[in-house]
Amino acid sequence: MAGKPFLLEIGTEEIPDWMIRPALDNLRELFLKLLEENKLAGEVTSVDGTPRRLILRAAGLPASQKTVVELVTGPPVAAGENASAGFARKHGVEPKDLHTVSTPKGEYFAYNRQVPGRETADILSEALPELILKIYFPKTMYWTGKSGPRFIRPVRWIVALLANKVAPFELAGVASGKVSSGHRRLGRKKVPVSIRNYEEQLEKNFVLAAASARRRRIADGIEALLADRDLRVNADDALLDTLTYLTEYPTPILGNFDAGYLDLPEEVLVTVMRHHQRYFSVAGPDGKLAPHFVAVMNTAADPEGLVQAGNERVLRARFNDARFFWQFDQHRKLADRAADLAHVTYQQELGSYLDKANRMVEIVRSLGGSEEAQRAALIAKCDLTTGMVGEFPELQGVIGGLYARAQGEPEAVARAVYEHYKPLSMEDAIPATAEGRLVALADKLDALRECFRIGLVPTGSKDPFALRRAAQGAVKILVEGRLAFSVSELAAGKAALREFLLDRARYYFREIRGFAYDEINAALASGADDLTDLERRLEAVKAVRPTENFEPIAASFKRIKNILRQAEFTGGGDVVAELLEDGREAQLHNAFLRVRGEVESRRGDRDYQAALAAIASMRPEVDAFFDHVLVNAPDERVRRNRLTLLDRLLREFSSIADFSEIVTSKS
Amino acid sequence: MDSFQEILFKLKKYWGDRGVVLQEPYDVEVGAGTMCPETFLRVLGPKPYRVAYVQPSRRPADGRYGENPNRLYKHQQLQVILKPSPDDIVEQYLASLEAVGIDLRKHDIKFEEDNWESPTLGAWGIGWQVMLDGLEITQFTYFQQCGGLDLEVVPVELTYGLERLAAFLQGKESVYEIEWAPGVSYADVRLADEVQFSVYNFELADVAALWKLFELYEAECRRLLDAYPGYADKGRFPVLAAYDLVLKCSHLFNLLDARGAISVTERVAVIARVRRLAVGVAKLWADQSSPVEVAA
Repeated sequence: MAGKPFLLEIGTEEIPDWMIRPALDNLRELFLKLLEENKLAGEVTSVDGTPRRLILRAAGLPASQKTVVELVTGPPVAAGENASAGFARKHGVEPKDLHTVSTPKGEYFAYNRQVPGRETADILSEALPELILKIYFPKTMYWTGKSGPRFIRPVRWIVALLANKVAPFELAGVASGKVSSGHRRLGRKKVPVSIRNYEEQLEKNFVLAAASARRRRIADGIEALLADRDLRVNADDALLDTLTYLTEYPTPILGNFDAGYLDLPEEVLVTVMRHHQRYFSVAGPDGKLAPHFVAVMNTAADPEGLVQAGNERVLRARFNDARFFWQFDQHRKLADRAADLAHVTYQQELGSYLDKANRMVEIVRSLGGSEEAQRAALIAKCDLTTGMVGEFPELQGVIGGLYARAQGEPEAVARAVYEHYKPLSMEDAIPATAEGRLVALADKLDALRECFRIGLVPTGSKDPFALRRAAQGAVKILVEGRLAFSVSELAAGKAALREFLLDRARYYFREIRGFAYDEINAALASGADDLTDLERRLEAVKAVRPTENFEPIAASFKRIKNILRQAEFTGGGDVVAELLEDGREAQLHNAFLRVRGEVESRRGDRDYQAALAAIASMRPEVDAFFDHVLVNAPDERVRRNRLTLLDRLLREFSSIADFSEIVTSKS
Repeated sequence: MDSFQEILFKLKKYWGDRGVVLQEPYDVEVGAGTMCPETFLRVLGPKPYRVAYVQPSRRPADGRYGENPNRLYKHQQLQVILKPSPDDIVEQYLASLEAVGIDLRKHDIKFEEDNWESPTLGAWGIGWQVMLDGLEITQFTYFQQCGGLDLEVVPVELTYGLERLAAFLQGKESVYEIEWAPGVSYADVRLADEVQFSVYNFELADVAALWKLFELYEAECRRLLDAYPGYADKGRFPVLAAYDLVLKCSHLFNLLDARGAISVTERVAVIARVRRLAVGVAKLWADQSSPVEVAA
């Protein structure tokens, strides 16, 4: 590519791992905008980063902006040579450089002024400090003083090279240059770099600038560690991502723990390893947890085993804590802790967790939940008062389920408690059992109903009680758990909550299930109020949509809707057979009568696909009608009758999906 | 192998050699070194300051009767405050670890996001927990706000967990096995402390008496705060004495909390009461010290 390459490296103190990728995306956007605003050619070829550097590479930058030719008009030709000489002098050109232009007002002297573009290096030097500080981070700090710049962490060095020249600027007292910095312990503090050798110089100083290279080093390292052993790490992409952005030169090591700890529940061991220590857990050939772990160091090697021994010691202490809590918590049964929930605030206006538990029981009962489901709802929150949850809050629910099982609650109860926070995300599965689904639904529904009741409704990006996630979970449970409850009833008659739930349903069917937004609008406009029914309608629409007659008939329905609207037809009355014109109109009416019967019976059986196919089969009659019959007949009675026919047609056949919501290629 | 006290000498020498004032522990109960006036008040205002001290920090709820090898009612922190924060602070910090004998080329160090916040002090900062071979050994914080005031000059606070560091260096599984001085273990020096205070904090402390004390200290602090505007010679006004009363309240709150005497709902309200006092003191301190600094 012609033009100059550009390299920007913002050197900082350690940036939180989870913020790096979004910051890089933002940096790319900001740089592209800078190019565009300054009319500079070029493209961003890569962005990458480590905890200590955000890197952008661009290519194809010109040395400067293009020269722009500007026409400057002078005095009229009629004014004579003196005037033109004066004009030329004023602009510092010779009279021979002038030419004349004709305008509606006559002939004028003029000359083409060459406005040279600014140099790219100057533009970059001027714009970059502001651009860097514009990179979005969720939480920023100041470090040079109260009025100083804000960034995610202190900026300590900057590399800014346009081809092989520094684009000079200063930010927070740091001058841009061509000196980077190596790994904190293994590399040199000052590492001179050029556009060409940047990555290579960094690697010599134990920094893998590319996240992909670090990820590969971790994966390869793990493979080498486990090559001769009958072990595998439990794959964990999120953890791998964290470790990739927490290190500059990652190296995995294998550690061990005493098999005696395997008596503790696997969930607890994995949480300690994963969330508290950022270790991968390891499974044996039987798929069960093995007494090993994989830690990822931010250094090249552990030749003396010191890092391994240190990590093993920390893990031992953590496991001992967990064992202590496990044993200590058994002194008091889960069910006996229900009264304690009166002292745990759920939300100031919404009372305690005891109040919440009671409401959950009521919801489960009203949804027809079994005794066991109600029991599970009652004790689901009791683990909040245990030492184990105090220590590992991310295990709430899970701990309750494990304790319930250990304390002899029926398996269905224990299982329901265990899973009642599920699904934790759109990708997460819903609870496996009927009891679990009802308790999980009740938990979410209670949060939604109560928060909507006191006006804590999410607005824009603000959703402090995670109600969107609760609603999303409820939708997923309803659909995938085949729970045919009326959304209106679940919303307890609150229109805003109903709409909120339906909005999440739209999102779910679109993003997770891949339905088109117009299919969803069509099915919802038909009045579907239970999400399992909505799902069937959607599947029917999707199945019928590619068939030959569907889109044309959808287009015709839209046309009917428009005609009725323009006629301001309010409906009512029956079609009067005598007023029907023989031929196309009567044929359409006959088709309507024929298909209506079939649609009704199919709809009764919820065989929406067959019903839709039947409707679509009317296409020839509908087409023929519009081709040959004038709706706006001179005789008002005939006209009204025709409108009535169309209105009946539209109403009857929109009861499965509103065809007019379908976006067709013709509309 | 260095003893606990030897490690401490080395760390203090390291920072002392860098022009830091070596203070002694504060003599009022605190939950963390940050609460000492040497940190809480000194970080306010524009005046540079560098100080380090060991602070025995009391957290009644963390007591385990001396039975848990890693949890203590009272642990020792080395608190280092550098105001303003030097540009090479991370390098200086890493060198301090080398100074106590940690060969960083043989160990793993990570800086993991951990923003510090103290609702009772109206204070927060941005920083990391420093992980050494998977063990958190230091809290590293750039202060942003203290006593509800934005800081004019940004100080850095390094808080070394001394028991953890010593257990790491000595390869001990339990803090009680740490060798404090040659031939003397951590248990010899501190075990009785842990047992007896756990008994008091969890079992014998009188809730009504603690509440009464809390209210007395709070009222006395309030009285001082209210007296300041009418006090003629501002430079002599005992803001420091008022702050001691805040610390008393904070410790009593921790005791009541450990005793299980504060419900979740009450908790927020009591924290707010202590914060009001802390914020009040911070304002007086800023007001009191500003004219002096202009003169200097």
